[in-house]
Amino acid sequence: MQDFLEFRSISKGYPGVQALSNVSFSVKKGAVHGLMGENGAGKSTLIRVLSGDQSADTGEILIDGEQQHYRSVRDAFHAGVIVIHQELQLVPELTVAENLWLGRFPGKAGVIDRQQLTGVVSQKLAEIGIDVDPTVKVASLSIGERQMVEIAKAVMLDARVIALDEPTSSLSSRESEILFALIDRLRANGTVILYVSHRLDEIFRLCDSLTVLRDGKLAAHHPDISKVTRDQIISEMVGREIANIWGWRERSLGEERLRVENISGPKLRQPLSFSVRRGEILGFFGLIGAGRSEMARLVYGADARTGGSVSVDGVTITADSPPHSIRSGIVLCPEDRKFDGIVQGRSIEENMTISSRRHFSPFGLINPKKEGALADKFIAKLRVRTPSRRQDIINLSGGNQQKVILGRWLSEEGVKVLVIDEPTRGIDVGAKSEIYEILYELAADGMAIVVISSELPEVMGIADRIMVMCEGRVAADIPRAEFDERRILAAALPDVQNLNTLPHAQVR
Amino acid sequence: MTSLKKLLLGEQGLVVIFALAFLVVSLTVPNFLTERNMLGLLQSVVTIGIVACTMMFCLASRDFDLSVGSTVAFSGMVAVMASNATGSILLGLVAALICGGLVGTVNGVVIARFRINALITTLATMQIVRGLALIASDGRAVGINDPSFYQLALSRFLGIPTPIWVMALFFVAFGFLLNRTVFGKNTLAIGGNPEASRLAGVDVARMRIWIFALQGLVCAVAGVLLASRITSGQPNAATGLELSVISACVLGGVSLAGGRAAMTGVIVGVLIMGIAENVMNLLNIQAFYQYVVRGLILLLAVLLDNLRSSAAGRRA
Repeated sequence: MQDFLEFRSISKGYPGVQALSNVSFSVKKGAVHGLMGENGAGKSTLIRVLSGDQSADTGEILIDGEQQHYRSVRDAFHAGVIVIHQELQLVPELTVAENLWLGRFPGKAGVIDRQQLTGVVSQKLAEIGIDVDPTVKVASLSIGERQMVEIAKAVMLDARVIALDEPTSSLSSRESEILFALIDRLRANGTVILYVSHRLDEIFRLCDSLTVLRDGKLAAHHPDISKVTRDQIISEMVGREIANIWGWRERSLGEERLRVENISGPKLRQPLSFSVRRGEILGFFGLIGAGRSEMARLVYGADARTGGSVSVDGVTITADSPPHSIRSGIVLCPEDRKFDGIVQGRSIEENMTISSRRHFSPFGLINPKKEGALADKFIAKLRVRTPSRRQDIINLSGGNQQKVILGRWLSEEGVKVLVIDEPTRGIDVGAKSEIYEILYELAADGMAIVVISSELPEVMGIADRIMVMCEGRVAADIPRAEFDERRILAAALPDVQNLNTLPHAQVR
Repeated sequence: MTSLKKLLLGEQGLVVIFALAFLVVSLTVPNFLTERNMLGLLQSVVTIGIVACTMMFCLASRDFDLSVGSTVAFSGMVAVMASNATGSILLGLVAALICGGLVGTVNGVVIARFRINALITTLATMQIVRGLALIASDGRAVGINDPSFYQLALSRFLGIPTPIWVMALFFVAFGFLLNRTVFGKNTLAIGGNPEASRLAGVDVARMRIWIFALQGLVCAVAGVLLASRITSGQPNAATGLELSVISACVLGGVSLAGGRAAMTGVIVGVLIMGIAENVMNLLNIQAFYQYVVRGLILLLAVLLDNLRSSAAGRRA
């Protein structure tokens, strides 16, 4: 069989990162091709380029030997390329058949031919073996069934290449098996499937060939998956080259500061416990969706806990809301700075003192002199680059915004536990080192710090200990002396076996 | 951006527009720039001006209040009826404040605690409260028994009617509240980004309830002054007030997306509304046209808001 889908020297850069550099590989007709890589390895970018959502800076995509020039998702549709994302693109209030015809309803003069609408669809669904009633609303389907509908839509559009982005992440094992059977049938029809997954078992179960990406580069290409081992793939995924910008130094650790016991919430699969000592930086690593941010939000009280307790210096915090946590010395720098961190349209000063201003505002009257002095103090201390404290925070770079949020908490003075989620996401290398230095200083002053990161090198670079999360539970707890990227990544990767133990109800 | 655009869409743009409009009107419209007309103009914007103070907080925190007109009428009714019944104006005032505050608190609790859309909630209370005002008076105006009630609106201090002083006092007080207190800063913060503010420790729900409660209280003050000026409690008073007040605020640069507000802007917005109406009266333009002009002003205000936001976006 000849090569059907070919990527030639694809490169794509974003400000600050080279997401893909010179990636070339090809997939044969009727093959299911696996695409693996750590968070940020470039899988999503490659899929986006393939889907026409973004165009590559250089390089080309060939389908059946024909060079593709599409510039939009629509163009990619016409070329027969369809990407099925984790967030499904169906209209819940329309029926299955209506969704499949959306945008090109059959009929005359704007009146829909209902017979053709459902007739063609039920025929098509039977053909590819999908057991879904075309007349029901999509809203009443399970996630697994919706995914089937998405795939059916791709088949209706005569897709030649279907890319699936982590399709089983929210499916039960039974639903996954149905999906795999469907993929097998599509393969037999000659459709090329690009299958993105973190689950090695699935990759081995489904794929004919495999590509591993790392740091936006091609780490390995295996035309025949039967010649590769699980261990080999993990070694290919790890080993990212990154200059030593961490500057980690040994610190003396004090007694226990933060103790989290059996906290549970809607998004954690199991109650979670851990503790952090004075001066310790505890890293949380896991794949995206492993439940780390949910854990952080529960500890801080951003979301309501359904059980468990949090204590600081031996004192249990009774209520779980941000104001209580702040008064007890726990603070959070959230993952998504733009939506959960900064207050757009307000000044650096106001963003910095939003919480601490209550300390110098008797009867709620702000003392502008004290407020300004406090803001200036932390602008200088954290080296926020800005002409004035009155600048709108939106005008700052990501790194400087993060410093302002750190300043928001440091100006509180009594902070004992800092939870920082993705401390350097979207921040340039120079500012990253500065933020790490701030964290080390705070730890050296006795603060307990919880760092959550999707960047394995970062967690390994700055943490004294790493807890690895996988699918809403803790998979490993590893001290710095035993840091080993293969071990950490292996713990973070989910297995299909584990999935079998999940109750079906969770998926619905 | 050209410098003219910069001037008009910048921080002081509105003041510039206002100054120009005032100058043009003073020169062209006869009898405009007289002491009598100026005081009349200010008198006519007292209700809008007072209510705009708290509407500014409401909009700045990304909320919305349509029930202000009804609340003004209802609390005016309550003030008249309660003072008629008890023979004490003070009791009447207290009753009005309690009723206004209650309406606002209910709005706030429903919106912030039960998470119902502010537009829908206040659309509902707007009708409920208007209905209550009509029921209480059986749909008729209720005359004031004690003539000293009139003095609230008729009395003068340094030659200027009391309601104008009250409005000025509110402007100063709420300007201070917005800029110099934790309450004001938190209002702007929750309007700018409610989730970030919540995570930064601001009790967003409680803030919103307070803002609505305050709005209700302020409506009661405006209602009492209005009743005193029209010498009766009118169940149909202040219809459409909510739209004029929101227009004035938006015209004054309060962003409907929240997070941006300034007292000076709102004052200018209120005055522009007042001048437009005043000039039309002086020029003997039929009242029906005033609706059209008011609508046009509102449209202009949102367009300006939009332009200003995108100008701010470009600067970012």
